[in-house]
Amino acid sequence: MYPKDLRYSKEHEWARTEGNRVRVGITKFAADRLSDVVYVELPQVGAEVSFMQPFGVVESVKAVSDLYAPVSGRVAEINRALVEKPELINTDPYGEAWMIVVEPRDLAELDRLMDAAAYAAMVGEATS
Amino acid sequence: MSARKRTPTHETPGAGAEAGARGERVEPARAARDLRRRPVPVIFERGAPGRTGYSLPASDVPDVPLDAIVPPAYRRAQPAALPEVSELDVVRHYTALSHRNFSVDEGFYPLGSCTMKYNPKINEDAARQPGFARLHPYAPEELVQGALQLLWELERDMAEITGMDRVTFQPAAGAHGELTALLMISRYFEEKGERRTTVVVPDSAHGTNPASAALAGYKVVEVPSDRRGNIDLEALRAVLTPDVAVLMFTNPNTLGLFEEQITEVARAVHNVGAQLYLDGANCNAILGITRPGDQGFDALHLNLHKTFTTPHGGGGPGAGAVGVKAHLVPYLPVPTVERDGQRFLLDGDRPKSIGKVRAFYGNFGNLVRAYTYLRTMGAAGLREAAEIAVLNANYLLSRLREHYDLPYDRVCKHEFVLSGRRQRDRYRVTTKDMAKRLLDYGFHAPTIYFPLIVEEAIMIEPTETESLQTLDAFAEAMIAIAREAEADPELVRTAPHETPVGRLDEVTAARKPNLRWRPET
Repeated sequence: MYPKDLRYSKEHEWARTEGNRVRVGITKFAADRLSDVVYVELPQVGAEVSFMQPFGVVESVKAVSDLYAPVSGRVAEINRALVEKPELINTDPYGEAWMIVVEPRDLAELDRLMDAAAYAAMVGEATS
Repeated sequence: MSARKRTPTHETPGAGAEAGARGERVEPARAARDLRRRPVPVIFERGAPGRTGYSLPASDVPDVPLDAIVPPAYRRAQPAALPEVSELDVVRHYTALSHRNFSVDEGFYPLGSCTMKYNPKINEDAARQPGFARLHPYAPEELVQGALQLLWELERDMAEITGMDRVTFQPAAGAHGELTALLMISRYFEEKGERRTTVVVPDSAHGTNPASAALAGYKVVEVPSDRRGNIDLEALRAVLTPDVAVLMFTNPNTLGLFEEQITEVARAVHNVGAQLYLDGANCNAILGITRPGDQGFDALHLNLHKTFTTPHGGGGPGAGAVGVKAHLVPYLPVPTVERDGQRFLLDGDRPKSIGKVRAFYGNFGNLVRAYTYLRTMGAAGLREAAEIAVLNANYLLSRLREHYDLPYDRVCKHEFVLSGRRQRDRYRVTTKDMAKRLLDYGFHAPTIYFPLIVEEAIMIEPTETESLQTLDAFAEAMIAIAREAEADPELVRTAPHETPVGRLDEVTAARKPNLRWRPET
């Protein structure tokens, strides 16, 4: 449900360190709560994102939600395939449904996020 | 998530198939339901070539060749593919469609934050008086004195009800009113030489608030609610800086709760020189009881199509009146209606005005309806309406509280918000499933999944125009559905079963919208 190699934000984004870059998506918990995702808006490659500031939008049949950057930096890649097939968020949130890759300014920001156990505990609380 | 079947909207998706397996439950109405579920052809599929709905005498003016008056380059080569139908074809077509609609004239419509109260037919009588209905908007002032007097008096009435100094009726909807007020406030600060960049909204706000603020060029900052469902006053104070132009506030809020610290909120906002704006979508609970102007609000909008019984009009012509305190009056849209002795006139000479926000004077027919409502109710009647609206909401709350979760447990105002968490977590039945099931019981669904701060939200606003019998029937349906969720969750998950169209495929509709009918080739 929550892979151990990822860091998690309280806004339900995950961050995966890949060398000196960070891949970003949203968690299975968020995908389930959103229900069927119908639209994703991502930033341009080259855009600057800031720690826990909105970088995009995800829309489901229930609601429209902001996406929050789990790390500050420059957007190096965006997942264009996801814009075409937003339903990937519901089927493969940690794999094919990655959203952006960031060249971080300060990797230490990731220390301020949760590990898998802390995140599971947080959403466990939210579901009770 | 597996892909679902694509279902064009002019067909009846899955009709019969999903109910068939459980025939014993839905048997009684099957024949009637099958008839209701028969597809309605589009208007283009009705009629026959050459059929018309008119019969004209021979022309008594000489024919002019089209070439002589319209150059060939501007003429279509093929006739437009218009429907060729008789008057009766048209009447039957639209009557058939109207039978598949749901309206407050047909049944209970507890759509939270929308105030779907009954629209009295005397409003229609008044609005259809030829002296109102057939006015031309360019008619000279001396020929429209009655209409101007109505606008002038309606403005005074709304100002008295809200505690504001002036009111404009130009905006055509609530969100339009929000934008109008924000533009006026922007102009006000501009004139004072203050540059303010931010609008603050609570996390329980209607989605239109941040949208209007963004459209008016502001940055939006959100403030959380506290455990009692009020705005978190400490969090509010923390974001109130000299950059803040407006707090957009809803009172009673979207949880249906009166903001208990409204006086402190108003003081905190004014202490940083910002303006306090009321989203008046929820005014039904306060008519004749408290006035936003007395609570410290500087500006507000009223949805005449909610509180004041004018038709909602399917997202069409509403009326989002905007009221302001004296310091904002110079910025009102033009023209305003003024009185000079016994004469009423339109004043377009207001140099500080933000200009026009709507053609002419707003949706005038709806203003006649709102005026009629005020005159038939009177001041005491409006207060009684608010009291009964609140009583009805609390009655339903007390009947349903055991059967659903109640995240904010307080005496409510005009509406209240339940949560379907229990049903979701225990039986995998969502709020959406239960809302769909309610349609089978003959009720419109409440507002669901709003406000966003309540998981699986079910927001119920009964209004004052519903009888005790109706409220009881609705409560019993809600209780029955809570039991069905436990005993037979599949029945609820696959609802509705009795409506002209079954569960729609919203996902495909959003991802691959199919909006246009095309003839078969």
